Amino acid sequence: MRERTRPANRGLVLAIQAALIAAALLAWEFSVKIGWVDPFFFSAPSQIAATIASWWQHGYILRDVGVTMQETIFGLLVGGAIGIVLAVLLASSRWLGAIFVPFLVLFNSIPRVTLVPLFILWFGFTLWSKVVSAVVLVLFVVFFATYDGIKDVDPTLVANVRVMGASRFAVMRHVLIPSALTWIFSSLRSAVGFSLIGAVVAEYFGAQAGVGYRIQFSESQLNTSGVFGGLFILMVLVFIINLCFQGLQRRLLVWKPVDS
Amino acid sequence: MTIISLANVTKTFDSGYTALRDVNLDVEAERFVALVGPSGCGKSTTLSLISGLDRPSSGTLTVRDRPVEGITPGVGFLFQRDALLPWKTVRDNVRLPLQLRGVDAAEMRRRVEEWIARVGLRGFEQSFPYQLSGGMRKRVALAQTLVYDPEILLMDEPFAALDVQTRNLMEGELLNLWQGSGKTVIFVTHDLEEAIALADEVVVMTAGPARVKARYEVTLPRPRDIEQVRFDPRFTELYARMWNDLRDEVLESYARANAAG
Repeated sequence: MRERTRPANRGLVLAIQAALIAAALLAWEFSVKIGWVDPFFFSAPSQIAATIASWWQHGYILRDVGVTMQETIFGLLVGGAIGIVLAVLLASSRWLGAIFVPFLVLFNSIPRVTLVPLFILWFGFTLWSKVVSAVVLVLFVVFFATYDGIKDVDPTLVANVRVMGASRFAVMRHVLIPSALTWIFSSLRSAVGFSLIGAVVAEYFGAQAGVGYRIQFSESQLNTSGVFGGLFILMVLVFIINLCFQGLQRRLLVWKPVDS
Repeated sequence: MTIISLANVTKTFDSGYTALRDVNLDVEAERFVALVGPSGCGKSTTLSLISGLDRPSSGTLTVRDRPVEGITPGVGFLFQRDALLPWKTVRDNVRLPLQLRGVDAAEMRRRVEEWIARVGLRGFEQSFPYQLSGGMRKRVALAQTLVYDPEILLMDEPFAALDVQTRNLMEGELLNLWQGSGKTVIFVTHDLEEAIALADEVVVMTAGPARVKARYEVTLPRPRDIEQVRFDPRFTELYARMWNDLRDEVLESYARANAAG
């Protein structure tokens, strides 16, 4: 029994994952080498690596990643803040919730990509058109998670704290928000992804720098290696951000029993 | 002196269910009163109304001669379900009511440590609720309630979820903590033995909608030994008399549940 419930060996899992990635890359490279796959359309890992290396030499990568990260972080902060504040407001009043939540559901159903050209029209090729594109994605993810989290709170906890003499604000601070924090956290992880998507898509539509711009520029030159190179950089970015979040989550949610 | 007074109190919920109908009940200050009745008969609703968490639909409810509006000041509530904040440590949970009252830091620290010690949880100050047993969590809840020294203690089957040994232990400790504290306790339970062992007075309520069916003085001497008091001949005699009343109500609510099912 003990054997079966033990979690999988972490080192072994990582080794298998690394082997799978290596095998996929080798297969890709090999298919190009023997002429099964046309590198003009599909590039090859070696060419992508060469492209990334040359970008690095030109100093593009740090600049592009810096620009994209700035937009992503601004989008996450602004969208997250609006989402949480809105959720707290609407969840604390039955009236406000009943009136405004349906509007949010409606806005959330708009495909946000179609709004990006508008944002570029309004804010130009600046940082802000990217941030706004990220915000309109992040806001909803965080809002709905926080709202549901607050609604989901155990009413006994609220009753207990109210009898102790808590004001509405104190109930919010000591019960509702900490209770929603688990939800907010899991939403923030996907929100980071959405923020990055918003920023990159907006860069793609019109920018002077950024990973999205780099991809779009490569595409306009029919440089598939550049497109894949940009995508690779995005992947690495999201991976690093996720690691940071996991660490933060472990620190902030110490009160939760650890499930293996 | 009457501290809590219910006069013709009726509570009908939005769903149309009437939990209490014309309840009249006066509670003397500093007494330990047990409310017994069949499950789901509106005993808990009575506590919600007294605490001010809920409003009566009609009738008057006064605490210390003042009608209840908003949360009743000076009331502590022990819930049947776990009500500790899972994200706060034992110490922070016990501190919370003082923090809400703006008690100054030194005084706060003194009282928190005192109560953690009094419920026997020294050494567990930094633990989170999930790391404690059910009995220990009840002790924290008790400390959290008593730390702000409420005059009235409302208890809603607080020990129902505990195993028998832990339960007896907690009942004994509750009596020790209450003895001589001058607090008024209203203790809801469906367990007649628990009610008699703890209380000065047992109020038997009817099957829902609840009314007061009968009231009994429990004349057993104090301090009581929770384990021993059950063998007192007066205990057995009281039990027999009350069970007569309660049995009809239990059968009634049972028959109704069956008819509804």
